Amino acid sequence: MAAPPRGTASTPPGAPPTEGVAPRRSDRSPWNWLLLVPIVLPLIVPLYNATDPLLGSWPRFYWLQLAFVPLGVITTALVYRMTRRSEGERRAAQDAIARDTSARDASARDRER
Amino acid sequence: MNGINVVELTIVVILFLLVTVMGFAASRWRSAQNLMHLDEWGLGGRSFGTWITWFLLGGDLYTAYTFVAVPALMFGAGAAGFFAVPYTIVIYPLVFLVVIRLWSVSHVRGFVTPADFVRSRFDSPTMALLVAITGIVATMPYIALQLVGISAVLKSMGFNGTGLAGELPLIIAFLILALYTYNSGLRAPALIAFVKDGLIYLTIIVAVIVIPSKLGGWAGIFGAAQTKFSANGGPGVILPATGQLGYATLALGSALALFLYPHSITGVLAASNRDVLKRNMSALPIYSLALGFIALLGFMAIAAGTKPIGTDGNTIVPNLFQEMFPSWFTGIAFSAIAIGALVPAAIMSIAAANLFTRNVYKEFLKKDATPEQEARVAKITSLVVKLGAVAAILFINPQFSIDLQLIGGVIILQTLPSVALGLYTRWMHRGALVAGWATGMVVGLWMLYEIPKLDPATKAVVKAHFGGSAYALSKLGFDTKATIYPGIVSLLVNLLVVIVITMILRAMKVSDGVDGTAETDYTAEREDPTVRDLPDPLASAPPGLAGEASARR
Repeated sequence: MAAPPRGTASTPPGAPPTEGVAPRRSDRSPWNWLLLVPIVLPLIVPLYNATDPLLGSWPRFYWLQLAFVPLGVITTALVYRMTRRSEGERRAAQDAIARDTSARDASARDRER
Repeated sequence: MNGINVVELTIVVILFLLVTVMGFAASRWRSAQNLMHLDEWGLGGRSFGTWITWFLLGGDLYTAYTFVAVPALMFGAGAAGFFAVPYTIVIYPLVFLVVIRLWSVSHVRGFVTPADFVRSRFDSPTMALLVAITGIVATMPYIALQLVGISAVLKSMGFNGTGLAGELPLIIAFLILALYTYNSGLRAPALIAFVKDGLIYLTIIVAVIVIPSKLGGWAGIFGAAQTKFSANGGPGVILPATGQLGYATLALGSALALFLYPHSITGVLAASNRDVLKRNMSALPIYSLALGFIALLGFMAIAAGTKPIGTDGNTIVPNLFQEMFPSWFTGIAFSAIAIGALVPAAIMSIAAANLFTRNVYKEFLKKDATPEQEARVAKITSLVVKLGAVAAILFINPQFSIDLQLIGGVIILQTLPSVALGLYTRWMHRGALVAGWATGMVVGLWMLYEIPKLDPATKAVVKAHFGGSAYALSKLGFDTKATIYPGIVSLLVNLLVVIVITMILRAMKVSDGVDGTAETDYTAEREDPTVRDLPDPLASAPPGLAGEASARR
């Protein structure tokens, strides 16, 4: 498949807007609200500012804050999975990277000659 | 200079040489097209995938200074030093949606620095200049502090000489770093980050297994800390009730500041697409887990009875390693810290050089600079920045750099309305952004100036000004002993000024310029025709001027 024409790609900064060329998309998703959980919980200090209960001789202050790390990982991973683009769109992005890489290699070869 | 540990020194030198070779070799990999994925190192492609971005951003954000200073803070001040953990947890969900918008708009419009974005979005060279200067001023002391990490290691190895002879190893290390960054650009730190993080994780895993077993388990470690910090009616291993607001605001303020630093943005823009960034926001917290254990090294040092060298609290961790590990492993651990300083220092100097070249030199000093001139200015600036950092550590008291870094976190927050909120809305007027920045700077600096440093035991004033990040609310007339982080207060004042002045300027119908970006720019994906490569910050000229060369065909 031939690469699509890239007439607008060299638009310098400050040039006319790219409306109409680029597809309209949205970052919005109800799943994004989940991100508030790992932002808010670690900032509520009274939640963990205590010694008891101990977890294997670790005071609550330390083990609970470290436990927020997996909470953050799970939440961001869930939001990523749930708002992920379709298989075809992601393959298109990978193709674009591969195409640019080979184009760059070709120009590097040209320079060497 | 007697008493140098030869085994440790040998291992550090060998690993340092390895990294040096990698740093110089990194530049050659770009033109080698068929060697597996080696072309990925070239930033010209900005094609860093999930793994490389993880190592690069991890190496960039979790610096050697962090690894030395956070446990030193735990050793000296107890639970308050653990703020680094909530700070580095909160940050990723906080910026999850923000960095992908920044990535998209930068790749459509060819922005390399946050100031580029502000200039185009708000049509304001003035605000862009302020963002650039703020970024440079905040980054410079951060680079200098990386040297503090290396010098703590050198001191522990026995380099106690004074004057130029004693500092020679430090100078050599940074000179080599400066040369291969000049030579290889961002590819060098990206490659070295693999070694750095490998060594760091190895050291932490071994430390967490070996040290507690030698000290009689975690119960003994927390017990020793409890004893130390409950003397004189102290709170023990948790925070005093009055310290909770300061702890939460410091964590939040530091998190908001981190991705405003130019070096973080450089790392973000090097990612190949939006999905890579989203995946990294989930994967980077693994470093935070490591940081939590590193922080607890401070408590282990208390239990082990480790003493710092002189009054330099930063030597606590190196000294603890020396007491606990055989020499050969101490050498590996020391290399982890020393190499850990090189990666962020390289990225920071590149980011500062970009800001100067694009937003000061080209904008104000030489508008008609050729691409070659710009590239040369950027490379020379990166050298000057690093030499400046060495000079700052050698000739000025390192405490000055520590103070400046504290200030850096507060002032970089003043760019949040234009850089971060600007990604979502253009409602704010450019004049109001300048006014808000200025007010926030004054408020933040004044509050920091008013914070004295107290001796933890005697409560006597050790240092009258710039003594920390806990501002007593009682100074503002509140009837409380609670403290707050000045960064948050100054940011709120900044935002308030921005809102009020915007409403006034809009009512007066003052022109707010032309938006150089379009709504679709912020959600652009890699395969879109509008998205293009950004140039290598050092190997080629900055974009815009070199528009043809930098754009994809």
